Amino acid sequence: MGEFKVHRVRFFDYMPSAIRAMAFNSRTERLALSRADGALEVFNFADSYFQEKVIPGQDGRAVEALCWVRGRLFSAGLNGEITEYDLENLRPKYTMEAYGGPVWTICSNSQGTHLAIGCEDGTVKIFEVLEETIRFQRNLDRQKGRIISLSWHPSGALIAAGMMDMIKVFNAESGHATHRLLVERGVGASKSREVVVWSVAFLSDHTIISGDSAGKVQVWDGVTGTLVRTHLVTKWDVLALSVSRDESSLLAGTSEGTVVQFQFISSTVDQHDKEWVRTRTFKNHTHDVRALAHTDTAVVSGGMDTQLVVRPLLEKVEKNTQESALRKIAFPHRSLVSCGKKAGMLLFQFHGHLELWRLGESDGHGEEKHTCTLSETHGGCQRWQGDDHICCSALSPCGGWLAYSTISSVRLYRLQYNGSNISITKVGSSTPSFSNHSNNCRFLIAVCFLYLCVHVQLHCTVPVYSSCPTAMAIHPTTSNLVMVHADQQIFEYSLVQKEYTEWSRKLQKQGLHHLWLARDTPITHLTFNPRNPAHIIMHDTYMFCIIDQNLPLPDQKTLFYNQMTLRSLPEPERTSHSHSFKICKTFQHLLCVSLLEDHSLVVVERPLLDIASQLPAPVRQKKFAT
Amino acid sequence: MVEHGDIRVVHRGGSKINFREPVLSHDSRLLLCASGECVKVFSSSTEECVHDLQGHTDLVTGVLLNPSNHLQAYSCSADGTVRLWDFTDGILIKVQLHCHHVSVQPLSVSVFVYLLMCMCVTLTRLLSSSQGEYIASAKGLHLEVYFFKKQKSYRFSLKEDNKKGAKNTFTCLSCHPKDDCIATGHEDGKIRLWRNFNHKREYTYSTLHWHHSAVSSVRFTPEGTNLLSGGVESVLVQWRYNQETQKDFLPRLGAAITHIAVSPDGELFCTAHSDNKLTVIQSCVKVSAVIQGLVKGESVRTDLMVDPRSKALVLNGKPGHLQFYSLQRDKQLYNLDIVQQEYIHESGLQQFEVVKAAFDTRGNWLATVEERKQKDSTLELNLKLWAYDEQTQSFVLNTTVSGPHEARITAMCFCHTADSQTTMLVSASQDGHFKAWQLESNHYFYEGPFWSCDFVGAYHSLVPECCCFSADGSLLAISFQEVVTVWSPASWELLTTLSQPPGAIRDLCFGRQSCSKYLLGTTAKNLLCCWNLLTCTLEWSTSMDVSLLLSDPLSENMAAFCSHAGLFVFKPSEPRPLFSHKAICSGKVTRAVFAPREEMLESCEESSQWLNRSQLYFLTQYMDLMTFITKAEEDRLMASSKRLVIDDSVAVTPFYLLLGKHRQQQQEKQDRSFSAERNQLPQGSVAIKELLHTPAHVLPSASFLCSMFVRSLLISVTDKEKKSEEEEMESDKEEESECEMEASTMGQGQTAEAQETAAPALTKAQARELRRVKKLDHSWLSSLLDS
Repeated sequence: MGEFKVHRVRFFDYMPSAIRAMAFNSRTERLALSRADGALEVFNFADSYFQEKVIPGQDGRAVEALCWVRGRLFSAGLNGEITEYDLENLRPKYTMEAYGGPVWTICSNSQGTHLAIGCEDGTVKIFEVLEETIRFQRNLDRQKGRIISLSWHPSGALIAAGMMDMIKVFNAESGHATHRLLVERGVGASKSREVVVWSVAFLSDHTIISGDSAGKVQVWDGVTGTLVRTHLVTKWDVLALSVSRDESSLLAGTSEGTVVQFQFISSTVDQHDKEWVRTRTFKNHTHDVRALAHTDTAVVSGGMDTQLVVRPLLEKVEKNTQESALRKIAFPHRSLVSCGKKAGMLLFQFHGHLELWRLGESDGHGEEKHTCTLSETHGGCQRWQGDDHICCSALSPCGGWLAYSTISSVRLYRLQYNGSNISITKVGSSTPSFSNHSNNCRFLIAVCFLYLCVHVQLHCTVPVYSSCPTAMAIHPTTSNLVMVHADQQIFEYSLVQKEYTEWSRKLQKQGLHHLWLARDTPITHLTFNPRNPAHIIMHDTYMFCIIDQNLPLPDQKTLFYNQMTLRSLPEPERTSHSHSFKICKTFQHLLCVSLLEDHSLVVVERPLLDIASQLPAPVRQKKFAT
Repeated sequence: MVEHGDIRVVHRGGSKINFREPVLSHDSRLLLCASGECVKVFSSSTEECVHDLQGHTDLVTGVLLNPSNHLQAYSCSADGTVRLWDFTDGILIKVQLHCHHVSVQPLSVSVFVYLLMCMCVTLTRLLSSSQGEYIASAKGLHLEVYFFKKQKSYRFSLKEDNKKGAKNTFTCLSCHPKDDCIATGHEDGKIRLWRNFNHKREYTYSTLHWHHSAVSSVRFTPEGTNLLSGGVESVLVQWRYNQETQKDFLPRLGAAITHIAVSPDGELFCTAHSDNKLTVIQSCVKVSAVIQGLVKGESVRTDLMVDPRSKALVLNGKPGHLQFYSLQRDKQLYNLDIVQQEYIHESGLQQFEVVKAAFDTRGNWLATVEERKQKDSTLELNLKLWAYDEQTQSFVLNTTVSGPHEARITAMCFCHTADSQTTMLVSASQDGHFKAWQLESNHYFYEGPFWSCDFVGAYHSLVPECCCFSADGSLLAISFQEVVTVWSPASWELLTTLSQPPGAIRDLCFGRQSCSKYLLGTTAKNLLCCWNLLTCTLEWSTSMDVSLLLSDPLSENMAAFCSHAGLFVFKPSEPRPLFSHKAICSGKVTRAVFAPREEMLESCEESSQWLNRSQLYFLTQYMDLMTFITKAEEDRLMASSKRLVIDDSVAVTPFYLLLGKHRQQQQEKQDRSFSAERNQLPQGSVAIKELLHTPAHVLPSASFLCSMFVRSLLISVTDKEKKSEEEEMESDKEEESECEMEASTMGQGQTAEAQETAAPALTKAQARELRRVKKLDHSWLSSLLDS
């Protein structure tokens, strides 16, 4: 692998924001997720849970609820607006004022023809979903108190609405309330506090299930309006409910960070009288579980602790496969760090600002000495007009140019250094990514098409692959395009010959090692070694890897993670045991690994513990023997 | 060597009653539990033992109510038999089958018992659902459910332990009586409720967690509304089924719960505890009865002793206590708190322990020694003397001597004199001294008599190991390693020294009665020596690895246990042993005692004469209390236990006994000539007697008996000239036509008359008489049956 001087950077205070809402589209297997900063993310569950789309947020826009209507995504927030998103161009398509105060919830009927929203002023508003837009249709009977949660009956004729201290059932046709289900308050001190029905679910057999702030999951008979069963799940709040498509399983997310599963089980083997029985408890979160989705095979949960957790239901998936592993998605599947290789500068992207750092002098005594004097540009980092958050940003290798974009604009800046001062001048341009040779050709890389930037004409089209590319880069000397996909496959495409290279074909023919394919975070960044053109450096969250194209590829039986064994072998034997994938796991929770011009390695880490320590304190729980 | 064919080693008294799950009878008035080689039936309200179901010849391994008759119970034993008992009357009904190593725990309710018992299983637990559709078993980390209908079994496995430190090994399980739900207890204190287990993959479970260490028993109540669980915490936890967040606790049950049983009506719970105790609990609120067996800890530090007054066995019981256990009644009499400090249930804590105890001859005084050895600190010793108080019928603390010796006390004994006014206690210690303690009657400062040190003796600064008074109290023998010193307690004069090297003396014993001139000792170098005290010479010695030597206080017999659990009973004066037995149990016997019998046995066989006056009890390595029983005694016991007489050739039921007799009678009747006498009154017949003396629950249904009796009565009344078969037919006809006839008497007198005339032998009056008798008999019978 060779030896590197390492800059170990741990001062990137990246802080993901809390997950607010979730909606799963089982037809397209896409999970839409909204965060507290208003950002929207779309994960493709069919494609290795890859974070396909990110729509950055906006100041003052908080998404409280999400809803898919066929392939269209709607959101509603406490700013009182309903927004539909343009998932092609990754930006809000239009925004519509609901005129009912803050909107707590949005819900579509199963036919996908209407949307219902619950407002602070106590109205349930029905919107008709049209081809291009939505249109207000009417209000249901106005109630006292806000509407917190809504659920349509699958037939579309009834709507259950969770409110303060009660659940109301509306006839969607007439708009009149047909039932009023009173929810009991908590005991003791919380007796005087109103109970909030955080979530309701209306099942096709007219069962209504509610989760409330007194920690109860209650099963109601929607026909008679009577309480069937109360399950006390937690001392705190039940914040979210999610029902599986076949209505045989129900999830409840609590403030304790647990997800409780209920199953609709017949009490004896041969009989058909089924009931909801509490079964498993999943504890994968430290804080509130605010959003839940029950896919056919997994429990997807997210909340205050910012991680998206996919917990497969083991009885629904094959054992010991990719699907049966628990996934925690903590970092975005894209690079937030940009490295000026020649200048030794790092650009960190936050949702509202950028930070530019210059790496200090390392005195070169191995990895431990990675002290970086902060050539501070904190003040020089960008604040811009407008509320839009940053989509992406880049720094040119020479460190002379800086660019970033929001959903509406792209800005280019010229950086000039005089001693310790940096001056920034704004230049108008439109290049969100620079290739390594800024003086020669500039490639603008966008999904699978290559444009030659200077001439702006289509150069060639890379053969389409079923999985989404997660990282790509053009080799500075050979002009080969190296791509890594969400399913962990690696391709190398020669831009000159317009075909896959020999190495790439060999790799595809032999197949990648199963341990490589078993990794669960995507490669987010690729770079090359300027001294050795056969080296490709790539990293995911838990490792970085140097692929040496000159060495033989590993077959399925070879020891894949073999750096430690190689080190123990005597020098002459090493070559016979080494293979092209050289993997280092010394550094964890990586956000960026890059090789500088002076052949030193920059490693940007963000330990998850640091993130956890910045979270607010979780709810108090009595633990045995403490 | 003496043959020992007719003497057997048995469990008798002091057996474990918490070995298997107790069973509550249907009316929850009786409690059955396996106890050694018998099944004990206790009253659940008075705690008294009602019956002792004896018959098994080895450990009883399971008790179960007969699902088809709730007044009967099955028991299975390691002797390979399954027995059916009528436990209310204590009668053995039948011995069912023989198979080897029946060591099952049958807990099924409706699955045929046979099946369960045939399974020779080493599973931790075995249970079936109430409907008998499936059977669940758990072993290690696997739960297996077998469905009888589908003939298919499903196996569910848990991981050994996960990162959070859970230990998932199954410890117990219980099936819900109505729903398809299995509750399992686990090593880490979790309880899992399994559902949907008729699918290989879609099974699911929920987890309950309250216990902090292994759950030792879970049990659903008969209606399935509650789940009971217990473990080391000695707290009975009651979970509401389907509302598991609500739970009730019954804490402070005294010792770790090992089994839980529930009465069929759900009224009473019964928990078995690790200290050999059964607790009867009323609806999880109140402990209503405690049945305490012999408490057996890890080891017995004190010797086994017999209280001269109550004839009870005395040994360590609960920590810091001495227990008084009546062997005759097989019941703990009481616990005497010696240490009088609260015991803290925590491992690794050094607390006061009773290490020595001794009674004087009449049982007026009890001396105890307790000690505590804490790390890095000196030994704490207390010598306590307890006086028997006639009023309270128990021992009252008289004197506490703290630090009676510098080091651990090695031996302690009272002077044996039965008549002397002064009582003396001698204690020997590792500090090289022995002390004599005497009761001082008066002191200006203290009220009443108290104990004080009278004499301190030593011998060449050697450590005294054993001490022993002669039967008349005139001599005290103390062994100092290889030397035995003989002292006169009256003057504290060293009379003589005896020595037989090599090897330090291990045990010392004076002979009794006619052999009181002998002093016996065993040495560490496998020598058994007998000194004659008159000549002060060695009478005889033999090479023998004796681990324990003791003398029978009621005879001159002495018992020597060898290291390999051999036993020799001998008289010091005779060269041949009275009795010898090889390998009475596995391992070494370290504690034994001669307990006097309540009534003398009159055995004339030479080999068993030594058991006439007292019985020899000993503790095995595994803390089982065993004793010897002679053949004659065993036979007597068997004879006293009631048992139905059974004809082997036919499938025997009590009903058969009844009918069979009756049939025989009929047969006899047929054989008789026509001129046979009128039968005797039905009340006097054997069949009726049988009917009257057989318990009602083993009788067939009343309607069946009724017609049979009617028939039998008719035979006695109708014409003698008819053959009984014909008579029966006749009477059948009569019965059938009776109502017709009565109906027809109104309008069709003539036809009725014609009919009656058609019947040859019967006159009108006779017929009327017959009818009257029949009616009379009916009422009599019904009244009988009603009663």
